Amino acid sequence: MTDQPLLSVRKIAKTYGNHIGCENVSFDLFPGEVMGIVGESGSGKSTLLNCMAGHLTPDAGEVVFDTRVNGPRDTVTMSEPERRMLSRTDWAFVHQHARDGLRMGVSAGGNVGERLMAVGARNYGDIRDKATDWLGRVEIDSSRIDDRPSTFSGGMQQRLQIARNLVTGPRLVFMDEPTGGLDVSVQARLLDLLRGLVRDMGLSAIIVTHDLAVVRLLADRLMVMKSGQVVENGLTDQVLDDPQHPYTQLLVSSVLQV
Amino acid sequence: MTDYNFAYLDEQTKRMIRRAILKGLAIPGYQVPFASREMPMPYGWGTGGVQVSAAVLTPEDRFKVIDQGADDTTNAVSIRKFFEHTAGVATTTKTAEATVIQTRHRIPEADLGEGQILVYQVPIPEPLRFLEPRESETRKMHSLEEYGLMHVKLYEDISRHGHIATAYAYPVKVEARYVMDPSPIPKFDNPKLSNSPAIQLFGAGREQRIYALPPYTRVTSLDFEDHPFDPSKADHPCGLCAAEDSYLDEVIVDDAGGRMFVCSDTDFCEARQNAGHKGKDAA
Amino acid sequence: MIELENVYKTFTLHNQGAAVIDVLTDVSFAVAAGECVALTGSSGSGKSTLMRMIYGNYMAQSGVIRVGDVDLVQAQPREVIRVRREVMGYVSQFLRVVPRVPTLDVVAEPLLKIGTPADKAKARAQELLERLNIPQTLWGLSPTTFSGGEQQRVNIARGFAHQFPAMLLDEPTASLDATNRAVVLELIEDAKARGAAIIGIFHDEAARARVCDREIDVTGFSPQAAA
Repeated sequence: MTDQPLLSVRKIAKTYGNHIGCENVSFDLFPGEVMGIVGESGSGKSTLLNCMAGHLTPDAGEVVFDTRVNGPRDTVTMSEPERRMLSRTDWAFVHQHARDGLRMGVSAGGNVGERLMAVGARNYGDIRDKATDWLGRVEIDSSRIDDRPSTFSGGMQQRLQIARNLVTGPRLVFMDEPTGGLDVSVQARLLDLLRGLVRDMGLSAIIVTHDLAVVRLLADRLMVMKSGQVVENGLTDQVLDDPQHPYTQLLVSSVLQV
Repeated sequence: MTDYNFAYLDEQTKRMIRRAILKGLAIPGYQVPFASREMPMPYGWGTGGVQVSAAVLTPEDRFKVIDQGADDTTNAVSIRKFFEHTAGVATTTKTAEATVIQTRHRIPEADLGEGQILVYQVPIPEPLRFLEPRESETRKMHSLEEYGLMHVKLYEDISRHGHIATAYAYPVKVEARYVMDPSPIPKFDNPKLSNSPAIQLFGAGREQRIYALPPYTRVTSLDFEDHPFDPSKADHPCGLCAAEDSYLDEVIVDDAGGRMFVCSDTDFCEARQNAGHKGKDAA
Repeated sequence: MIELENVYKTFTLHNQGAAVIDVLTDVSFAVAAGECVALTGSSGSGKSTLMRMIYGNYMAQSGVIRVGDVDLVQAQPREVIRVRREVMGYVSQFLRVVPRVPTLDVVAEPLLKIGTPADKAKARAQELLERLNIPQTLWGLSPTTFSGGEQQRVNIARGFAHQFPAMLLDEPTASLDATNRAVVLELIEDAKARGAAIIGIFHDEAARARVCDREIDVTGFSPQAAA
């Protein structure tokens, strides 16, 4: 087991005026680990995710990523071109709403191919083959390759977004409520797909969600946030089955049993 | 003539525009913002090109205007008249004699030479606009050379039509750095952008942008390895002058579907006809 | 293989006036490779709690729970996960799976996780499902729709797919008919024979007598007993 974390978050803080977004968050994520971040709306989990993914600049703290070429680098202070390059290659971001992560006016194949072209792919045939392969891997019929995502169902759009993100073989995937807004039956299929991809590609992932069932199925580790602070942190099933913090106990006991 | 400052614009405005032009020449393909003025013509009629022409014209210049290759269309005639009136410069329809040529949608067929300036009228200067509407984002993409999106557009063309169907305003890369919209010239003209001895200036009035290609700038058209750029045109000779290698307009000649292909560059075509070349439709 | 030293467990119920409930006090015992130990004691004495602690599912307040060479009380989540993936299997009373995933894939998953090629993992899964008398017509369906007994057998097949050196079994023979009960007991004996250390909860006394080498009465670890 490697002892070099893929991502080291150190004392990340972000405030909006007097309001605390998140505060003093630190953790290490190791290769192949999937971490869930749960908490109610306004707990700071999305702020934290966006700070880590480079969408927001934190007020303080470091987000150190183990880059392929130069080893561990603080992505908060690295230059913008480097950070943007990272987010097209080694990082991926799956948005809650597929329309935020897809180009709705571009065909499914073009959506998947964009990241390849962004890193210099210039052979149409190769790009198309890769796009076809990835549509298959996310269970979208290859006959839909030239259709626009606006003609797809919500679940298909979300799967297309995942294909578009994973086509360049990233090592770290940020997911913001990836199953939010989907039917329960569609959620299950997506979760199974994500689990398989994470296992087969050895992906590390950070998943923000308010759905405890999602983290139980996908995440190895769990971080519970409240008012911008991490209140509990540990093995997913341990945190859910034997919660220690008052807030976590409340959160777990508040879930409706079906 | 004395009613106007030379070439209509006041000297301060011309200096401002010249500074933008110089900056554009210094950074080939980069879109320089400038404070576009109200001109006595509507947007879309070449206000950007007119301002650039006004800023570069000197009393000794000989001015030519073409619209779709023709010197005698309304737009070309009115702009030519405008500068005859406000600058008193000599005008011509002959490409070889002109020192400043303002153009819409074409590059003249005759080779340009050193000392000539070609001024393009540009409706939409931002090649990334159609796929990324946010100006803040497209500027960042230019500055960081993130041009994958341009190829997405070409990919979409091939997936839909089997080949790159973009036939005009075909995107180019300038000196392996900036991606540039060459204005809506046919892709047939793209090769003429590259390594031209003339200065090429691009003015977008409504969008307030100027960009430029200094002489002998390398300009390549974007493509895929397995779908290379193809500057093809209608596969006919000119009906009037029999030219095989010029860009043609298709003209409908009767109500029975009759049509003929003629050079879009009227000066080029006339010169050939005067030299004795005769196409099959020539009277 | 499995060692516990001075393990304590309390539950603090923050939402019920921070009531503190002592559950287990000063637990120490060890289970060697090839040994099967039964946890006994009346309902509510803490058998399942102890089992869950050994699996790392419940937190210990203090003490050492060593599986192989890892102390699960101190271990980082990723170490616990590695132990669960490679060293220690757990067959719970309830099957918990992603809905819609076919039974065959559910059973093969533990093998895929340790990098077994897909064809080998499937072959092993088929072998176990056959042995546990799950009709082949069900293999392509999700077990979420199965009867309680069928789910239990799928759960056992999944638990025995990878040959773990340490195994925790929570009522593995409950709700099984005689034939399948015998198959499960054989599986346990096979695991013992290859050197697995096993801790189990068996209400089925005959089963316990057949596979277990000794019994540990969890009542002895209750706070009342210690007082």
